[in-house]
Amino acid sequence: MVSSSVVENLDQIFIIIRDWLTHFLPAAWRPAVDVVLSVVVIVCVFPGLFALTTVFERKGLGRIQNRLGPNRTGPFGFFQPIADGIKSLTKEDIVPASADGVLHFLAPVILVVAVFMGFAVLPMGRNMVLVDMDAGLLFFFAMGASTELSVFMAGWSSRNKYSLLGAMRAIAQMISYEVVLLLSSVSVVMITGSLRLTKIVDAQNQYSYGLPHWYIFTPWGLAAFIMYAIAATAETNRSPFDLPEGESELVAGYHTEYSGFKFALFFLGEYLAMFSISGLGTTLFLGGWSAPLAVLSFVPSWIWFFGKVMMSIFVFIWMRGTLPRLRQDQLMNFAWKFVLPFTLLDLLVTAMWRFMGEGWLRWVVSTAILAGAYVLMGRVSMYRQHFAPRKYRYAE
Amino acid sequence: MLGEGILKGMAETARNFVGSYVSKERLTTVEYPEQRIPTAENARVFPFLVYDGPEWQSGLRCVACQICEKECPPKCIYIDKSTDKKPDFVGKAQFYPAKFDIDVSVCMSCQICVEVCPFEAIKMDTQFELATDDRFGGLLLDREQLSKSNEYYHSIHPTEATEVDNRLAEEKAKVEAKAEAAAAAAAAKAAAAAALKPNPPAPTAGGD
Repeated sequence: MVSSSVVENLDQIFIIIRDWLTHFLPAAWRPAVDVVLSVVVIVCVFPGLFALTTVFERKGLGRIQNRLGPNRTGPFGFFQPIADGIKSLTKEDIVPASADGVLHFLAPVILVVAVFMGFAVLPMGRNMVLVDMDAGLLFFFAMGASTELSVFMAGWSSRNKYSLLGAMRAIAQMISYEVVLLLSSVSVVMITGSLRLTKIVDAQNQYSYGLPHWYIFTPWGLAAFIMYAIAATAETNRSPFDLPEGESELVAGYHTEYSGFKFALFFLGEYLAMFSISGLGTTLFLGGWSAPLAVLSFVPSWIWFFGKVMMSIFVFIWMRGTLPRLRQDQLMNFAWKFVLPFTLLDLLVTAMWRFMGEGWLRWVVSTAILAGAYVLMGRVSMYRQHFAPRKYRYAE
Repeated sequence: MLGEGILKGMAETARNFVGSYVSKERLTTVEYPEQRIPTAENARVFPFLVYDGPEWQSGLRCVACQICEKECPPKCIYIDKSTDKKPDFVGKAQFYPAKFDIDVSVCMSCQICVEVCPFEAIKMDTQFELATDDRFGGLLLDREQLSKSNEYYHSIHPTEATEVDNRLAEEKAKVEAKAEAAAAAAAAKAAAAAALKPNPPAPTAGGD
């Protein structure tokens, strides 16, 4: 059939283009050149998305606040990132006199490199994965954790109290939420039985009655996804968990002493981390590149993957426009007293789900446990904190 | 329930996001160089000199009395008095400023010069787009740059300008009435003198 082959070709278009570009090379060279080509594409596509996202974010935040947002450079302000890029490239690169020059230079580079490494294992479409690693999930988290190193390098090498405070906040926050991030992903691994991300996507790429088997549509999956989303927001230092930056109290946190293109690299790293963590969330809970309905399977798989990632980015921006920044103690209390216990409970529920077998009973039991725990924890924490109009002890 | 407030907040921001595309009233932004809102009537930026009639050199109300120069707290006004005189709006011969400079980089827009001026000659402008690439010469405004017509004054501060016009007209009428009375008195005196003496010297009419 012609139409099905067109669909097939469109789905695999990047693979076909890559093979066509390398088919004249000797067979021994091909794997290496294939990898280099894919890396080049990843290194171009995601910063491009980053540029687009900065415009959309500024326009979206503006609209949330009933403003217009940037609209001066080019049609609807879409050339704004080009102007920003030129600006940051032509700015003076200031390094404080007492800073540790080498570390100060290495920190943004390491951040961007570590974040880019995470993209290596993400399946961005059918057959579109750079390295199909057995322990892909583990690799992803190892790379994600090394961004913490660069954040602390930046804060430490700047020799500035704000930078150091910001970096220490960042480390405390990232380590706390890293635990949740890992544990919420473990429930997916418990069900799938594999750390290989392509296998996790394949497990979700099935349909019954035309509806997909995404993990978010199970009680344990929904709970794990919500906890994952909270932890991902904190991992990427996005509002309301943007304490490490804290413009109002810490100037800009760990990148106070960065200017010019080094600052732009930090900015890029933050957004790339958002893309990669949304990509992983998509892969683990939202079915990766699979279509949301069986009838929509003709749409190329990479469109679904990038569509889902951009939807997650939109939610990130939406939350940034809604929520004020937390206090450090609230952040830590939230991580250790609510998110972590709930994630652990969710692991238990996942195990029950795994061993209760098919049937409606496991739906009822796991939903009841999770919903009950959620309501109970909310009640308890609200009861303890006495939510009421604030009383000022000394001001009256 | 836990998270209820977050959902409410998200709904509110979503309403604003969508609403800003639907209703134009929500957007309060004025895109400045292209769109402008008229300045408020009581707005003030830097002083200017008012002139009557079509020509600034002959119509300047300023008589170079230098009160504003002395009163100016940051001393941003510089006046050179003329050596000759020319008639003012009531016809009396007065000095005029041979040089009148205001350094707007020094001026603090306090309006004291306006308060002390007895001739309604200096008023506050609403022109604020004074950016220049020459920070010394470009911000030192001379006589010609400072003088603006009474019609312009009416266009920026209509209420105040009408008041000033009425006051000036009243003053002028008073002066004219006084002159008329003086002229009549002089004429009567002259007539009486003429009746008394056959050949008197011609009387000079008092100007005040």
